[in-house]
Amino acid sequence: MPASTAPQSSYDVAIIGAGVVGCAIARRLTLDGARVVVLEKALDVLDGASKGNSAILHTGFDAPPGSLEQACIAAGYGEYLQIAKALGLPVLRTGAMVLAWTPEQEEQLPALIEKAHLNGVEDVAPLTRAQILEREPHLSPQVRAGFEIPGEYLIDPWASAHAYILQALANGAELFRGTEVLAGVYEDGWRLKTTGGPVAAAHVVNCAGLYGDLVDDRLLGEKSFTIRPRKGQFLVFDKAASDLVSTTILPVPTKTTKGVVVCRTVFGNVLVGPTAEDQESRTDASTDREALERLRRKGIEMLPELSDCEVTTAYAGLRPACEKQDYQIAHHSARSYVTVGAIRSTGLSSALGIARHVAGLLQLSRDALADPAIPLVDRLSDYHPRDWQEKDNGGIVCHCELVTRREIERVLSGPMPPATLQGLKRRTRAMMGRCQGFYCTAEIAEITGDRLQVPIGHDDA
Amino acid sequence: MMMREASCTVAVVGGGTAGLALARELKRLDAGSVVVLEREAQAGGTPRHCGHYPFGILEYNRLMKGPDYARRNWEEAETAGVEIRTGTSVTKLLPGGSLEVVDNEGVYRLNAERVVLCTGVRESSRPQRFVGGDRPLGVITTGALQSSVYLKGIRPFERPVIFGSELVSFSSLQTCAHLGIKPVAMVEEEERIRARGVFTPYLWLKHVPLHVGVSNPRILGRERVEALEFTDHKGRARRIETDGIIISGRFRPEAALLHRSHLEVDGGTGGPAVDQYGRCSDPAYFSAGNLLRPAETSSWCHAEAREIAIGIAADLRQPSKSESVELHIKDNRISFVMPQSLCLTGGRAGMSNVYLGLNMPVDAKLAAYSSGRLLWSQRLRSRPVRRITIPVAKLLDAGPDGPVELTLED
Repeated sequence: MPASTAPQSSYDVAIIGAGVVGCAIARRLTLDGARVVVLEKALDVLDGASKGNSAILHTGFDAPPGSLEQACIAAGYGEYLQIAKALGLPVLRTGAMVLAWTPEQEEQLPALIEKAHLNGVEDVAPLTRAQILEREPHLSPQVRAGFEIPGEYLIDPWASAHAYILQALANGAELFRGTEVLAGVYEDGWRLKTTGGPVAAAHVVNCAGLYGDLVDDRLLGEKSFTIRPRKGQFLVFDKAASDLVSTTILPVPTKTTKGVVVCRTVFGNVLVGPTAEDQESRTDASTDREALERLRRKGIEMLPELSDCEVTTAYAGLRPACEKQDYQIAHHSARSYVTVGAIRSTGLSSALGIARHVAGLLQLSRDALADPAIPLVDRLSDYHPRDWQEKDNGGIVCHCELVTRREIERVLSGPMPPATLQGLKRRTRAMMGRCQGFYCTAEIAEITGDRLQVPIGHDDA
Repeated sequence: MMMREASCTVAVVGGGTAGLALARELKRLDAGSVVVLEREAQAGGTPRHCGHYPFGILEYNRLMKGPDYARRNWEEAETAGVEIRTGTSVTKLLPGGSLEVVDNEGVYRLNAERVVLCTGVRESSRPQRFVGGDRPLGVITTGALQSSVYLKGIRPFERPVIFGSELVSFSSLQTCAHLGIKPVAMVEEEERIRARGVFTPYLWLKHVPLHVGVSNPRILGRERVEALEFTDHKGRARRIETDGIIISGRFRPEAALLHRSHLEVDGGTGGPAVDQYGRCSDPAYFSAGNLLRPAETSSWCHAEAREIAIGIAADLRQPSKSESVELHIKDNRISFVMPQSLCLTGGRAGMSNVYLGLNMPVDAKLAAYSSGRLLWSQRLRSRPVRRITIPVAKLLDAGPDGPVELTLED
């Protein structure tokens, strides 16, 4: 499965970057009738900012009213719920609660509720301490007050983006992975120089996430913002912890961060995080012991019984924040170029909304596909039927996450096979469970063989 | 759609050493139909991927390698009439002895008169040990290394660092030697190696430097492991170039099923709370082997499982009314006690030992009291990860008339 043969033909749109935003835009423009090519520098999709987040579909109740971010979240949220069923994407309506733990935080609650109402999230309502503890009896009694946001959902962050790009591919779009855009010239259309050969496209959409400013600089010779990556570390607790909490628990945000969230995941775990650490590096998604131990303590403060729960894993994501407050989406119409930059932590919720916004900026005036193909992705939710419950699944390979051999084979021979083990994990959840590959590493190494670009091990032979 | 249903007298969850030995003993005692549910493609458990000696000396009077020992265990069980279902996972434990089971045909319900949990242990993973850094390929536990090497003939790296210094960490050295893989260091967070000191010369022999008392370990590498960084015992920043990390030891019970069930879990061991018969809080459930306490040798598990089988067979003939006393830890240097209660009726069957775990090295008198009366005591000089036992018979013979309190007296 080579990364690319040189893309030769001319496209309507070249999308740079296959994160959740690039995938959503590829889907939108393809469904609108455009010929789309997606160019991804990494060996696989979702390899940058989109690989680590809190997997919540937000209502946007706390976004700055009147901002582009708020508009995109609202539109993205609506469309997600509309298409989730058709695309086979799991959604779990858990609702969320913003909780105050100190008198100072409690004072801020009315203003936050008012902001939610301003953002059109009208079912946000205050909760007393007694109401909170009645709903979540395992919460620490230290909680003072809060409010609920009934419309917040848990989703599968990877399956969502995979579903977008797979639908684009099934309807004619092309994807080249391991293909970095090195330079470009605009003369009545773009001619891009990439590591996979030249690409010609009428329009370029820059969705390069953590590299958005650099791509602008490379192609436009200017940049209007500078990415300042903000690292967020997360701690994942084993499935038994999900008996302790059902609603997503949000803190009262401060000026700089939304704070540490405690929530379930659609995969049946409990997540505590993120941290918020500004850094220079665009690649350093490392975790550190001290931060993880702090998260664990923070989780236990809110949910004391977490102290008896096993940690499954830890990870870090990088949010492509910048020095400005809002998303940086700009149409350079004279050069048929759209920058989609600084899509911070809300990108998962807003991606479909951003895609509609970008389509509106480009005004491609093609005929929308009348009857687009809808490929299905495997549903990996712990709260929905799974492949292991079905006949002839080939047996369970990953026992912690109950991943079947059939599921693994299906993605390996599918339209967008994983290039790396990380890609396989995101598509199947294999090795993502409590044993972190203690049992299945060897078997997965054998099944994947040389079908990954970065093989797991090599044969003794 | 109706769920398929099946039934048996005893269902054993997990076909490792304990599960197979217990199942075979139950057949020998004519305890009815015995089914072993094993999720892997072959029964045998951990010894299957320990391609080294010594196994089987006490059980079979022979010196065997792990895979041969595992095969012998399942052959013995099968010959005795045990039904072994491989590729079969248990996904739920239900009250009264019902299991939700899944195999290639989908999900079914298995109703058993007694269920025995023998799901064993696994090593702590990297995240469970809070090892920071990047997340490259090439970080695996000893278990994963052994199954890669012995079962699949795959070599994951050439010059790894071994993280941990328990018996199993030395076993990973052997596994590496088997393939000509040359470990470049052994790294331990505690002040000394956790295995017995007699193993240290083995490191010299293999030219593997040992670093103890390290802190803040970080794994570095983009695609594959490139280095391990840590602070050494003198506070200096160190960096070892390496292409793999073997995360070894710190065994913990494979207790995911248990944690999501109705059964009582013991905070100390992380396994089920049991009496000396291995009986759980639901009397239809029993447990044996390393799920009870991390982690004993195969021989030990084999013998203990047979002891527990005898109790289960008796329980099937005549369920015993359990009058029992609890075992309470009264010194925080003791990390766990197993069993957590002693049944006072039913004779001498069941486990012959009570186990203790320690949090730190101890040099003191270990004593057991009941209602203020000394039942038993002994001098204890020991360290964590050692076998510490009290004979069950000694405690029972002393006639505890209330909770048994375990203390350390300096």
